[in-house]
Amino acid sequence: MPSVILRAATPVLMVLLIIVSIYALLRGHDEPGGGFLGGLIIASAFSLHILAYDVPSTRQLLRVAPQTLMGLGLSTILLSGVVGLVAGGSFLQGVWATVPVPGLGDVAVGTPVLFDVGVYAAVMGMVLMILLMAAEMSS
Amino acid sequence: MLWAVLSVFVGALLAPALYRGLGRPAGWLFAALPLQVLVFATAFVAEAHPTSLPWIPSLGVELAVRLDGLSLVFLGLICGIGALIFVYASGYLRSHPRLGRFYAYLLLFTGSMAGLVLADDVILLFVCWELTSVSSYLLIGWDHERPEARKAALTALLVTGGGGLAMLAGLVLLVVVTGETQISRFSGDVVRGGPLYLPILLLVLAGAFTKSAQVPFHFWLPRAMEAPTPVSAYLHSATMVKAGVYLLARLHPTLGATREWYLVVTGFGAATMVVGAVLAVTQEDLKRILAYSTVSVLGLLTMLLGIGTRAAVSAAVVYLVAHSLYKGALFMTAGTLDHETGTRDVTRLRGLARRMPITATAAVLAAISSAGAPPLLGFLSKELFYEAVLSPPSLTAVLAGAAVLASALLVVVSLVVAYRPFFGGSPAAPTLPHEAPPSLWLGPATLAAASLVFGVAPRLLGDLPSAAATAILGRPAPLELHLWHGLTPVLGLSAATLVAGLGLFRVLSGREGRLFDAAARLGAWGPARVYDAAFEGLLRFAEWLTGRLQTGHLRRYLLVTVLTTVVLVGTPLLRSLPFTIPSLTVALPELVLAAVILASAAMATRTQSRLAVVAALGAIGLCVMLVYVIFSALDLALTQIMVEVLTVVIFVLVLHHLPRFVPRSSARVWIPDAIVSAIFGVTVTLLILMSSTLSPEPILREFFVAKGYPEAHGRDIVNVILVDFRAMDTLGESTVLCVAGIGVYALLATRTRKGA
Repeated sequence: MPSVILRAATPVLMVLLIIVSIYALLRGHDEPGGGFLGGLIIASAFSLHILAYDVPSTRQLLRVAPQTLMGLGLSTILLSGVVGLVAGGSFLQGVWATVPVPGLGDVAVGTPVLFDVGVYAAVMGMVLMILLMAAEMSS
Repeated sequence: MLWAVLSVFVGALLAPALYRGLGRPAGWLFAALPLQVLVFATAFVAEAHPTSLPWIPSLGVELAVRLDGLSLVFLGLICGIGALIFVYASGYLRSHPRLGRFYAYLLLFTGSMAGLVLADDVILLFVCWELTSVSSYLLIGWDHERPEARKAALTALLVTGGGGLAMLAGLVLLVVVTGETQISRFSGDVVRGGPLYLPILLLVLAGAFTKSAQVPFHFWLPRAMEAPTPVSAYLHSATMVKAGVYLLARLHPTLGATREWYLVVTGFGAATMVVGAVLAVTQEDLKRILAYSTVSVLGLLTMLLGIGTRAAVSAAVVYLVAHSLYKGALFMTAGTLDHETGTRDVTRLRGLARRMPITATAAVLAAISSAGAPPLLGFLSKELFYEAVLSPPSLTAVLAGAAVLASALLVVVSLVVAYRPFFGGSPAAPTLPHEAPPSLWLGPATLAAASLVFGVAPRLLGDLPSAAATAILGRPAPLELHLWHGLTPVLGLSAATLVAGLGLFRVLSGREGRLFDAAARLGAWGPARVYDAAFEGLLRFAEWLTGRLQTGHLRRYLLVTVLTTVVLVGTPLLRSLPFTIPSLTVALPELVLAAVILASAAMATRTQSRLAVVAALGAIGLCVMLVYVIFSALDLALTQIMVEVLTVVIFVLVLHHLPRFVPRSSARVWIPDAIVSAIFGVTVTLLILMSSTLSPEPILREFFVAKGYPEAHGRDIVNVILVDFRAMDTLGESTVLCVAGIGVYALLATRTRKGA
C-alpha cells in the first residue's frame, strides 16, 4: 500500500513535472532541454502516478494508449520533415517563420520545434508503454 | 524503346487487377505487350539511335539502351515466344485462382529479359540479370504448396544468383579497368592486355555458366521443371537460360579471342553438351528429357562461342534461333500431353497421334528440326555447327567427336519425345485425350511452322543472323543461308548422325528399365549431390551456431558481446602500444565521485539483495550525471538523471517478479567472468586514455557555433544538432526507440499471458 503522503503529494508534483516538461520541450532549442528530455520528464510524472495509485487509474488519466502516443510522435516527426520537402527544400530541412505574438514580440516558429514535439510524444509513449506493462506484471 | 520495355513492367503491376476485371481474354491482352516491344524494336533499328536516361549520375550509371543485331535476335525470341506463351498459359492454367499473379510474374520476367538484352550499361544489365533470376524463382516456386517446387526454386535462385554476384564483381572490375560503364565503349585491347584479364574472365564466366546451366552447375535446370509447363517452355528453353549465352556473345568483343577464352569456354561447353545429351536419353519424364537436352544445346552454343571463328559464331546464332523455336514447341506439346493425359512418363504414353492430330503434327515438325533433319531450320543450324567444329583453332578431333556423339543422342531425344507418345501401337495413357483447345496448340503450331518456313526459305530471316554475328564478332560477318549446300563432308556427317541416332534409339528402346536404374545410380552422384550436401551442411552449421550463440541466457549474450568488443577494440590498441598517457589534473570533487562510483560498483557485485543492486547502479548513474555537470554538459546531465530515475522505477516494478536472490554461481563460473570483466575494463580504460591524447579538431565546434543561430535559430548546440543538422539521425533513433518499445511490449505481453 503506497504511503498516504505520496498519494497526497502526487497530484501537485505531477502538475509541476508536466509544466517543467513542457518548459523543457519549448526552451530546448535555446537552452538545455528538448523533446527527449521533456518526454522523459513527463513519463516520470506518470510513473509517479503509477507508484502512488495503480495502473488502471493511470491509464484512465492518460486517456490515450501509449502505443498511440508513439505513433503520433513518429507521424509528427515525419510531418515536420515533409514540410521542408513541400517548401521546396529537402526532407527534414528546417522551415522557419516569424510570427508576432502579442506580449512576446516576434517569435520564430519552425519545423524543428514540431520535430521536437514528435520526439517528445514518441519518447513519452515508449517509456510509458514499458512502465505500464512492468507495473501490470508486478501487480 | 525504354518506354516500351517499361510498359511491360507496368503491365506486370496491373496484371492481377486486369485479370480480375477482364477474365480469360486478359491473357491475349498481355500477349500484346511483348509484341509491342518487338514492334518498337524493329522501328528503332530503322532509327539506330542509342538512347539513355541518367540514373545514378554520381556513379556514371545510365539507363542506356542499345539495339543491334544480337539484341534484336534475342528480343525477337523473347517477345515472339513470350506472346505465344501468354496465350498458351491462358489455356494451360485456365481458371486457376492465381492466374492473374502468374501473368504478373511472367510479365516481370519478360520485361527484365528484354531489358537485359537491350542494356548497354553494365549495371543496368546486372539489375535485369538478377531480376530474371528473381522472377524465375517466383515462377518455379509458383506451386508453392509443394515442397519440391519451393526447393527447386531456391536451388535455381541460389545457383544463378550466386553466379550473378560473381559476375557483378567481374563487371565492376571491367568498369575499373576500362573506365567506362557502357559495354559498347569497352576496349577489348585494354582489357585483354591488362593484368586483371583472367580474374575478370573467370568471374564473368561464373555468371554466364550458372545462368546457362553449364556443367557442373547444370543440375538446377532439370530441377526447375517443377515449374508450370509454360514457364519451362519459356524460361528454361527459350529465354532465361540463354542469358548466359547472350552474355558470352555480348562480351565476346571485349573478352573473347584469347587462348584462355578458347580453352575455358569451349571446354566447358563441350563437356556440358555431351553430359546433357547422355543424361537426356536416360530420363523417362518428358520435361526432364527436354530439360537435359536443353542443357546439351546450351553447352553446344557455349562451345561455338568459345571457338569464336566466323563460322562458329554464325552457327551459334542460327542454332540459337532454331533451338528456341523447336524446344519451345516441344515443351508446349509435352505440357499439352501432360494436361490432357495426366502423365509425362514416356513409357506410359503411346499412339496418341490420331486423337491429337494438331499437337502431334507440331511435335513431329519440331522434333525433325531438333534432330537436325531437312528441310527444317534445325537442319541448317546443324550443318553450320558441323562446319564450325570441323575447323576450330585446335583440338579438332575431340570437338568433332563430341559434336557427333551429342548430335546423335539429340536425335534419340527427338524420337523419344515426338515418336513415342504419338505413334507405335494402340493408344495408351492414364486418361485418353481429345485434341487440346486452340490456346494450347496455337503456340507449338506457330513455332513448328516457323521452323519449317525458315528452314525452307531462310532468306525470310533477312540479314538478321548476319547482323547478330557481326555484333558478336565486332567485325562484318556476312552469312548466306541455303537449305542445299551441295554434296559436302558436312552433309555426309549429318546423314551419318541421323542414322546413328536411329540405330541408338532402336538399341536403347528395349532396355529402358536397366538404363533408368543406371541413370538413377549415376544421378545419385555428381554436382547435385555436392549442392545438396553443401546446402544441408550450411543449415546444420547455422543451427549449430545459433544454438551456441542464442542460448537464451543473458550471461552468454553479454559474454559474446564483451569478448567481441575486447578483440575488435583491443587489437588495434595493442598494436599502438606503447603510447604516452597524458598528464591529467584531477580535482577533489572528481576524486570523490570516482571513489563513490568504485564503492557502488563493488557493492553491486557483493550484495545479496536485489534492491541494493538497483540502488548501487542508481548511485553510479547519478555520479556519472554529476561528472557531466562538472564538465558543463547540462543536456547530458539532465537526460542522464531522468534515465536513471526511470530505470530505477522500472527495475523496482520488475523486481517483484524475479525469484529470490540466491548466490548460485560456483567459483568455476564467476572466476572466468571476473577475468573477462577485468579485461573489458582495462580495454575501455585504455581506449579512453588514448582518445584523450588525440586533440579533437575544433572545426566541428566552431562550425556549429557559427551556424547554429543564423541557420537553425537555436542557441543550444546539442539540440540544434539533434533536431536540425542531424535530424535524419534523430528520426532513425526515434524509430528504433519505438520499435524497441514494441519489442519489450511483445515480450512482456506473452509473458503475462503465459503467467496468467
